[in-house]
Amino acid sequence: MLLAVFSDIHGNRQAFEACLKAARAKGAERFVMLGDFVGYGADPEWVVDTAMELVTQGAVAVRGNHDQAVNSSSETMNNEAQIAIEWTRGRLDVAQRRFLAELPMLVEDGDRLFVHSEASQPQRWHYIRSTADAAKSLISTPAHVTFCGHIHRPALYSMSVTAKMTGLVPKTDVSVPLLRGRQWLAVLGAVGQPRDGDPSAAFVLFDTVSCQVTYCRAPYDVATAANRIRENGLPHWLADRLSEGR
Amino acid sequence: MPKPLVKPGAVIDGYTIGECVHAGGMATLWTVTHVGIDAPLLMKIPRASEGEDPAAIVSFEMEMMILPRLTGPHVPHCYGTGDFAHQAYAVIERISGTTLYKRLPDLPLPYDEVRLLVAKIATALADLHRQNVIHHDIKPSSIMFRDNGEAVLIDFGLSHHDHLPDLLQAEFRLPYGTAPYMAPERILGVRDDPRSDLFSLGVLLYFFTTGERPFGEGETLRAIRRRLWRDPYPPRALRSDYPPWLQEVVLRCLEIEPDWRYPTAAQLAFDLTHPDQVKLTARAERMKRDPLSVAWRRRFNPDVKPSGARSDLATQIAMSPIVTVALDTAEGAPELNESLRVTTERILATLPSARLACVNVLKLNRIAVDKTLDEQGSNKHIDRLVALRHWATPLKLDENRLSVHVLEAVDPATALLEFAEMNSVDHLIIGARQNSFRRTWLGSVSAKVAAEATCTVTVVRPPRMAAAKPDAGVVWG
Repeated sequence: MLLAVFSDIHGNRQAFEACLKAARAKGAERFVMLGDFVGYGADPEWVVDTAMELVTQGAVAVRGNHDQAVNSSSETMNNEAQIAIEWTRGRLDVAQRRFLAELPMLVEDGDRLFVHSEASQPQRWHYIRSTADAAKSLISTPAHVTFCGHIHRPALYSMSVTAKMTGLVPKTDVSVPLLRGRQWLAVLGAVGQPRDGDPSAAFVLFDTVSCQVTYCRAPYDVATAANRIRENGLPHWLADRLSEGR
Repeated sequence: MPKPLVKPGAVIDGYTIGECVHAGGMATLWTVTHVGIDAPLLMKIPRASEGEDPAAIVSFEMEMMILPRLTGPHVPHCYGTGDFAHQAYAVIERISGTTLYKRLPDLPLPYDEVRLLVAKIATALADLHRQNVIHHDIKPSSIMFRDNGEAVLIDFGLSHHDHLPDLLQAEFRLPYGTAPYMAPERILGVRDDPRSDLFSLGVLLYFFTTGERPFGEGETLRAIRRRLWRDPYPPRALRSDYPPWLQEVVLRCLEIEPDWRYPTAAQLAFDLTHPDQVKLTARAERMKRDPLSVAWRRRFNPDVKPSGARSDLATQIAMSPIVTVALDTAEGAPELNESLRVTTERILATLPSARLACVNVLKLNRIAVDKTLDEQGSNKHIDRLVALRHWATPLKLDENRLSVHVLEAVDPATALLEFAEMNSVDHLIIGARQNSFRRTWLGSVSAKVAAEATCTVTVVRPPRMAAAKPDAGVVWG
């Protein structure tokens, strides 16, 4: 089965629509969303409604730190993220907020693990910045492949049976076989706010039979997404950074 | 899960095991058969049980990732792989014949035989590098030849794929490979420079033409480190009849600094295919190693250590294409030849490691016997070569980036297409004759070339006359 995995949609309708369309065109049969449905972008209602709809159809969804911040004021965030989350809170209805509040921190699916930040202490929202961070996450789970996001920059790590690590910045559209006999951590780029210098929306396809992962990019209407942010009085930097992909 | 025993008659994923044909340190090779596959097959099984060298497992993992995505005649076709969860194996096409290792007792071989052999290996390497793979274990036992003469590279256990995780990089603190053939930058941990393979091929070329290994047989780290600062004896010091052009090629491959080697395997193959076009430098003349003072300066000056690749493999290769310009120096309009020079100059300006082959076709008569001498008694072939060089002079190209060729053929388009194919040309520049009687009568050479070439073709036209629109008709194919 071909899984499509999305992370860090961040209320960006245009980006998420483009990714869903691209994933369906490539034959994705099941969807996984790794959290941070909201925050930053100007269409949180549409994104949450779409996620709820996909979950009723069998999609997997886990909670991100921005999703948690909607329902809790104790999450510490930078100033722009804080402004965006307060704005978001006012836009969501009870059902949408409950959907976010009830999302699981992680989901195990066979020998795969889905989590927003990393597997060792998911509630601490640590970033995977290095092979050392990746090792910490991989050691804490028996899963063959862990999928996470949070850092908005794609990376692929592996750990051998002797705990030797490798890291790779995956090349777009090149499938990589995730060999059995070692563990893998697939860190996804963001759908809604890429920060790796490429403004196009990022997602991942995973073939559960051949165990091949493919990092994909979907170009989308950045101008409209950025205008929506400006029109709604959100911090301009949140709009500007979309076209720069950082 | 109990592992199935690998023995004759056993069946693994539909493959019936035949006999064991090779038992090496890292893996065993078995003949296998499979219903529906006619080709002769080999199953490679790693030695991966408890207590075995972990390198055997990691290198087999690399091979399992790389083999299935390689294509073309210069690698064995891969039919399937099985992973370590059950029984690790790779089923590959069995290439008939033996590896180049079997030739070792016959060394040194005649110069021209080695030239042709190594040109074929360089062509195979160019094809591998184009597929984003650096072999990292080029040596006689990793090279075979098909019945049609094409070289096949085998054993990708130490290879690097630019788009895949490099499992070996993490696993070993020391470079892993075959010491006598290992490039100096490998000692510094560099694994992403395709010119490391050109160094290894240079070792092979040296060994096969002199009978001596340029850096000895030493397997110690000290012996390998030495090549970071100590150059080998020039082949001419070992064999007085060693051709200077061949020494130029060998020593260029063996340069300590990768930037001083050939930029691509395709460019090395080009020189080996056209030995008369090899530009001789001080390398060709050398009869002794560098003086000790130079070697010691290298040894104690950290700045001269190879720094490795600065960009990804595909970019490095794309920066060093073989560009060919087809010129009609005899009958071509001067304004068209000028336009060709302007376009060529612009293309080369962005590609400092590109090399340019200027080609002219000396058209032969279909029926009449051709005279090589013209009415004045001068040799047409040589006249054309002189004209090509004259045309290229304003480009001010370094001599080792330029070559000139006169092809004698009945059909110019076919000759150009063959030249492009044989020499792995990346970009062909050709002029289109405007409104000429010959073009209408004979058909357009440039149209046939643009339609049938497998490389990029730029068709150049002379500037429009004053009345016409100002843009020149440059077409990118």
